[in-house]
Amino acid sequence: MARRSRSVEGLLPGAQPWNPYAYTMPALILMAIMVIYPLIYGVYIGFTNMSLQRFFEFDLIGLRNFTSILTEPELWEVLIRSIVWTAVNVAAHVAIGLWLAILLNRKLPGKSLFRVILILPWAIPQYIAALAWKTMYQHDFGFINLVLKQIGIDPVPWLQHPQWSFLAVILVNVWLGIPFMMMISLGGLQSIPKELYEATDVDGGTGWDKFRHITLPMLKPVLVPAATLGAVWTFNTVNVIYLVTGGGPGRSTDILVSYVYRAAFDFYRYGYAAAFSLLIFIMLMIWAVLFVYRNRADEGAY
Amino acid sequence: MAKRIRTSEGLFDKGDSPLKIAAIYAALLVACVISLIPIWMIFNMSLRPDQGLYTTELSFIPSNWTLDNYRVMIFEKPLLGWMGNSLIVSGTTAVLSVFVASHAGYALSRFRFWGRKGMLTFLLSTQMFPAPMLLLPTFLILSQFKLLNTFQGMIIPYMATAVPFATWMMKGFYDTIPVELEYAAAIDGATNLQSFYRITMPLATPALAVSALYSFMTGWSEYIIARVILTKASMYTLPVGLVTLQSAFNTEWGRYSAGALLTMLPAMVLFMAFSRYLVGGLTVGGVKG
Repeated sequence: MARRSRSVEGLLPGAQPWNPYAYTMPALILMAIMVIYPLIYGVYIGFTNMSLQRFFEFDLIGLRNFTSILTEPELWEVLIRSIVWTAVNVAAHVAIGLWLAILLNRKLPGKSLFRVILILPWAIPQYIAALAWKTMYQHDFGFINLVLKQIGIDPVPWLQHPQWSFLAVILVNVWLGIPFMMMISLGGLQSIPKELYEATDVDGGTGWDKFRHITLPMLKPVLVPAATLGAVWTFNTVNVIYLVTGGGPGRSTDILVSYVYRAAFDFYRYGYAAAFSLLIFIMLMIWAVLFVYRNRADEGAY
Repeated sequence: MAKRIRTSEGLFDKGDSPLKIAAIYAALLVACVISLIPIWMIFNMSLRPDQGLYTTELSFIPSNWTLDNYRVMIFEKPLLGWMGNSLIVSGTTAVLSVFVASHAGYALSRFRFWGRKGMLTFLLSTQMFPAPMLLLPTFLILSQFKLLNTFQGMIIPYMATAVPFATWMMKGFYDTIPVELEYAAAIDGATNLQSFYRITMPLATPALAVSALYSFMTGWSEYIIARVILTKASMYTLPVGLVTLQSAFNTEWGRYSAGALLTMLPAMVLFMAFSRYLVGGLTVGGVKG
């Protein structure tokens, strides 16, 4: 902390006042071209009726896209599904990732092999993993139903039934996201001094006491930003749902972003999709600001 | 230190009873099996002679296994071309993103300048953009500038995806490197650029490695953006090419799986090679790890 405040006071020795601007220039140019300009253009398209048919001669139509989104009969259902999707996924990522990290954060012969194997779901490109899971969910010949049959359970209609399909896509995404949280937790665990635990041993504390009073509070500054970021990423995941169920059967597994992605690139409703994206972004922004404010997730981050 | 030496005797932590150790091994084994099953499925399907999924066999390797799918993918399908495109796109994305992020992250960590806080918040908020929000205007802009189906048209959006997270990661890591080292260099007359390149940047190797890996994988495994920007078969990257094998009515699962396995291997090797950096180098949100 001391070193940080010292660099606040003045410039580093040997540095020029323009140095930080030179260093950040490439990033700024990139962001201006690829983020800010498309962002402004996207907002503009949100107020037009642009589509594949009206690709060049589209008109400004005011708030019509926004009113048609807000009166969409499925909107609330899809919104609630997105929230459930995000909450269940992130909770599972953190809980299982942290649990595995605790198991690995000890002396254990073969632990680096375990660690490498457990990272693999992160190493595989998501679209490949998604399609592998899709074959495993296949009704008559999929791996999961074949295994269930072996132990005498009736085949499950994984991709035919709305609720089962939703569970199916959640399982895929949980599987994909655990390694990231595991690695984050492992990094955090290794920075907790062993002496803290030994002090609890002296006081006769149980394993659960150690977890609640040492591990969790010490990991909070690592886990809260990671979970916040994880929640935003999960909320914005198109890959898994688009490839495993395509939002189906019907629209029963669509979350907001996969719904918008299909509106834009499968149904070519550009104006509508741009307006919808803007609403999602505003919603996420409000949530993030409230959440960060409540948890002080940015404590020390600046 | 004395304590550490004492606990390093024996194979296991002192506090772990044999029963607990057995339970830990059992849990880790189950987790490993679950983590490996989909990968094994792809391996298994790639060895099947037919292209359908129609078998109820549950053996580790299909009884009538063959390498024919690999032969077809390498010599008859344009897999190597897709792989070349993916290498160009992902490699360039990784090199340029690491350059941009390592410099921006350094400025954000070491200097307090006007616009710094705004920049950090902005970079973080880009993570909240729903994919279609930028993709749609980007697609329209690229099509108006005739950049669809080009390498630049892929690399620039991938960089825009990778740089914000990589910059935060770099910034977080630089924060953990004592700035006093640079003071010492400055006393010897080094400029800021020199002390950055010769002292701080080499010490940030773990974070550079993780940023490079992250940026490379952004390009290597990205399907959603590529599918929209690439429509010409000769420009396909691996993800787009492979998914074309999967059509609604007649998926060539065996060939697809062989291609998928060949795509996964480099990614898996990279991850394993980098895995020792992943524990220390992954600093999210500026947290000291």
